[in-house]
Amino acid sequence: MSDTRTRPPEPPEDIADAEAERLSSAPAESDGPTGIGVLGWFRWMWRQLTSMRVALILLFMLSLAAIPGSLIPQTSQNAFKVDTWKGTHKALTPIYEKLQLFDVYSSVWFSAIYILLFVSLAGCIIPRTWQFVGVLRAKPPAAPRNLTRMPVYAAWQSDADAEAVNRAAYQRLKKRGFRAHLGNSAVAAEKGYLREVGNLLFHFSLFALLAGFAWASLASGQGGKLVIVGQGYSNTMTQLDDFSGSAFYTSNDLDTFGFKLDGFTATYQTSGDQMGTAREYAAHIRYWKGADDTKLTKGDIQVNHPLEIGGSKVFLIGHGYAPVVTVKNAKGETVYTGPTAFLPQDGNLTSTGVIKVNDYGDKDGKKTQLGFQGYFLPTAPVNFDQTGPISLFPAAAEPMLVLTAWAGDLGTDSGLPQNVYQLNTTHLTQLKQDGDIARARLKPGQGWTLPNGYGTVSFDGYQEWASFTVSHRPGNAVALTGAVCAILGLIGSLFVQRRRIWVRATTTPDGRTLVEVAGLARSESAKIAEELADLAVDLQDDAPATEGEPAASDEAPASDEPSGPTSPADPNSKE
Amino acid sequence: MQLASGVDLQLADLSNKLIYSAMAVYLIAMFAHMFEWTFGSKGAVAVRSAEQATLAATVAAANEPAKAAKQVTVTVASANGGTTTLTRTALADAGATVVTSGRGEAEEVDGPGAAGSSEKGDLAGRIAVSLTVLGAVLHVAAVVTRGLSVMRWPWGNMYEFSCAFGFTMVAAYLGLLVAKKKVRWLGLPVMVAVLLILGLAVSVLYTDSEQLVPALHSYWLAIHVSTAIICGGAFYAAFVATLLYLAKDRFDQRMAAGLTSGPLGTSASIWQRLPAAGTLDKLSYRINAMVFPLWTFTIIAGAIWAEAAWGKYWEWDPKETWSFITWVAYAAYLHARATAGWKGRKAAYLALLAFACWLFNFYGVNIFVTGKHSYAGVG
Ligand code: HEM
Repeated sequence: MSDTRTRPPEPPEDIADAEAERLSSAPAESDGPTGIGVLGWFRWMWRQLTSMRVALILLFMLSLAAIPGSLIPQTSQNAFKVDTWKGTHKALTPIYEKLQLFDVYSSVWFSAIYILLFVSLAGCIIPRTWQFVGVLRAKPPAAPRNLTRMPVYAAWQSDADAEAVNRAAYQRLKKRGFRAHLGNSAVAAEKGYLREVGNLLFHFSLFALLAGFAWASLASGQGGKLVIVGQGYSNTMTQLDDFSGSAFYTSNDLDTFGFKLDGFTATYQTSGDQMGTAREYAAHIRYWKGADDTKLTKGDIQVNHPLEIGGSKVFLIGHGYAPVVTVKNAKGETVYTGPTAFLPQDGNLTSTGVIKVNDYGDKDGKKTQLGFQGYFLPTAPVNFDQTGPISLFPAAAEPMLVLTAWAGDLGTDSGLPQNVYQLNTTHLTQLKQDGDIARARLKPGQGWTLPNGYGTVSFDGYQEWASFTVSHRPGNAVALTGAVCAILGLIGSLFVQRRRIWVRATTTPDGRTLVEVAGLARSESAKIAEELADLAVDLQDDAPATEGEPAASDEAPASDEPSGPTSPADPNSKE
Repeated sequence: MQLASGVDLQLADLSNKLIYSAMAVYLIAMFAHMFEWTFGSKGAVAVRSAEQATLAATVAAANEPAKAAKQVTVTVASANGGTTTLTRTALADAGATVVTSGRGEAEEVDGPGAAGSSEKGDLAGRIAVSLTVLGAVLHVAAVVTRGLSVMRWPWGNMYEFSCAFGFTMVAAYLGLLVAKKKVRWLGLPVMVAVLLILGLAVSVLYTDSEQLVPALHSYWLAIHVSTAIICGGAFYAAFVATLLYLAKDRFDQRMAAGLTSGPLGTSASIWQRLPAAGTLDKLSYRINAMVFPLWTFTIIAGAIWAEAAWGKYWEWDPKETWSFITWVAYAAYLHARATAGWKGRKAAYLALLAFACWLFNFYGVNIFVTGKHSYAGVG
């Protein structure tokens, strides 16, 4: 790539002409090795990598490479779906795993493409920037010898003094916002540098975007938490249901805050073919920042409206029901009471869950444990013998709790972490009544006397719960700034026209003045002709055209024509 | 429990009727355009562009007070060697002319349009445009009543989105006509496209007018989706221009090779009435270049919305992924235009590919791939 600063002071004219016709700092395409040996080849490869052609190919490959990730389930989005897929495609799974097709966007090959692209971009953009700085510091390129070769051209004869015409043209071009330079016998002017600025800004912003991404993936973390209405949460590792951190944001770095969930509002479509579709969710909370949990601020969290608390954002992700159950042992002592979150299974919030009663003495006072497996139906049908327990509507219009009971050892004392939504039935026996599985269908307020004197269960009512994602993600501002700059740069790059205009007034051998104006712009812009015509009209004041054909031909105004006297300087010249 | 605000069923029903009416009117407009093309093939094709005709008129008018005015004529050489002339008139005391120099090579001329020199064809074309205006009025009324029936922006699902972006395409075409651009030849492909879009919408994608799921309760819906709709209509228009460019270019090649018919055995007169290949190429580039920043904005707005709704601005959800693929494909196209050796047909193929990505993003992803953008309301 040529560098204007180091250009020899007097370049050969055809090179200068070629320079004049270049309207972009895009690298020129080149072929073949430069120099010999390893260094030569390295140079050649580097030149290839930073060429526009390779940039084009890499862009194309990037979009191709992004496709499989949209068609094959991805671990990062839905690990469960990946497992299901693996289950049904036993033969393909090992091949896919080798090819990292379940983690396309972090795979070696996908990374390789975009890293190459960004290396190419750096290799392209840095020299271009220098070159452009050089362009800004240098004069607009001098007029090519043969102006008639330019795409837009006009010429006329005048009696005005050539020098004065050139000076006037210089002034007029400056007034029109051109960067102009008055040379020996011609004016060179250029406008629309913002195009190149925009183009460079756009490509640099891509780096900012990438940096934002990188920062986010290195220093962010997020956790999930389910909170039942009436309960509170403080942002610590022990309270989170799950947490995934990153190199610079571990479970020790969690922002300190907390909140209490005071209530939850949900509305649903009640008619039509989208009946039951949620229309609005809102969690009403009071939160605190730092260690002081007495200074509470009210807030609402809705889908689309996360709440920012002390460096983290809290998003509303889901909601469901938590039946409130009281279990009494045979002696009538309450051994368990409170809401237990059940997980929704379908759009109508048919929910399943388990209730584990750890400290339960049987009727003889012997230590045993109880487990209940149940369904919560917010709107239960009158009869569900055929369908199994399913809810008809997501709101709690006809709530019902369906329970079966197990007794024995829950396995909770083993110290191993347990899934709170599943019963480990290996050391449990299901309670039976009259040879059948003992089952209860309870409406709020109803109770169930367990068989074999195991005590009673009462369904006191239900609470709602909401689940939240607590997310700490820095780097968003960087990425956003990058994105905004990218758009601004694009607008400049695509809508500003960079163009050059040259005016050359020369004294012809017959003593008159030949005024030539010529313009150059990229082929996509049509405005250059009008701009040049306007300038030519303006110049009529300084260099009124006289009758007769101008001597312009495919040759430069020739000095081999007979010479004549030069007109006197124009007294009206606007110097 | 609270009830969601309701749906005005009468308005929703009216909206459906309006869509069907608009389709009927567009269909008649399409036939009128077909008549225009058929009649136009009868008359001789005057190979003189309207632009040049107006230019001639300008020159003539400028010549009238020639003694009092000065004319400046600037010759513009286009990339493929053709030239056009621009004339400016400056008032001054003495008359003078400025002579220009051109390259004197074969001119590239825009065809006269579908009607050719046939008056009947022209009449059919005018009728078609009037019908298109009527169809567009019904169409926009359908979109507005749909919105009013639920008191929200009418692009909450694929059906509504299709109706809206079909309208932006027709509106863009009518807008060009109002701006006195000679684009009536676009009428037939635009009618075919809008009928396809609406046909798919009412048959496959239809959903009743309803309120939105909470994930769509956001002013980003208005911003992100409306810009996506505008991009969709414009990409579609650029696609039509690209196709025509390729066909016209092939036609020019056939002419140069001494053949007398157009590609696929079509009549030469069809192609002669279209604008020049260079004009079509430039048109498709201009539209694509105009839309690209808006498409970039659409994706960024989507990312901001995703951040608010799901907590991460980019998760490679299929819809995001295909928007990205589409974006990169259009970026590749713009690069190609700036790279020597990739201009013309090669770049045009890239534009077609990019549009295919866009189409798949809209129809394919919503119908075949499941992701978080499951607002489609289909299947
Ligand atoms: C990260 C991937 C890239 C994207 C998304 C991208 C996108 C774009 C876009 C949309 C344009 C059109 C703007 C215009 O026409 O002025 C453009 C122009 C340009 N790009 Fe890139 N680009 C990328 C990488 C590169 C690389 C690696 C190079 C260098 C090898 C490069 C060099 C150029 C040049 C020189 C132009 C301007 C051509 C002209 O003068 O019009 N770009 N780029």
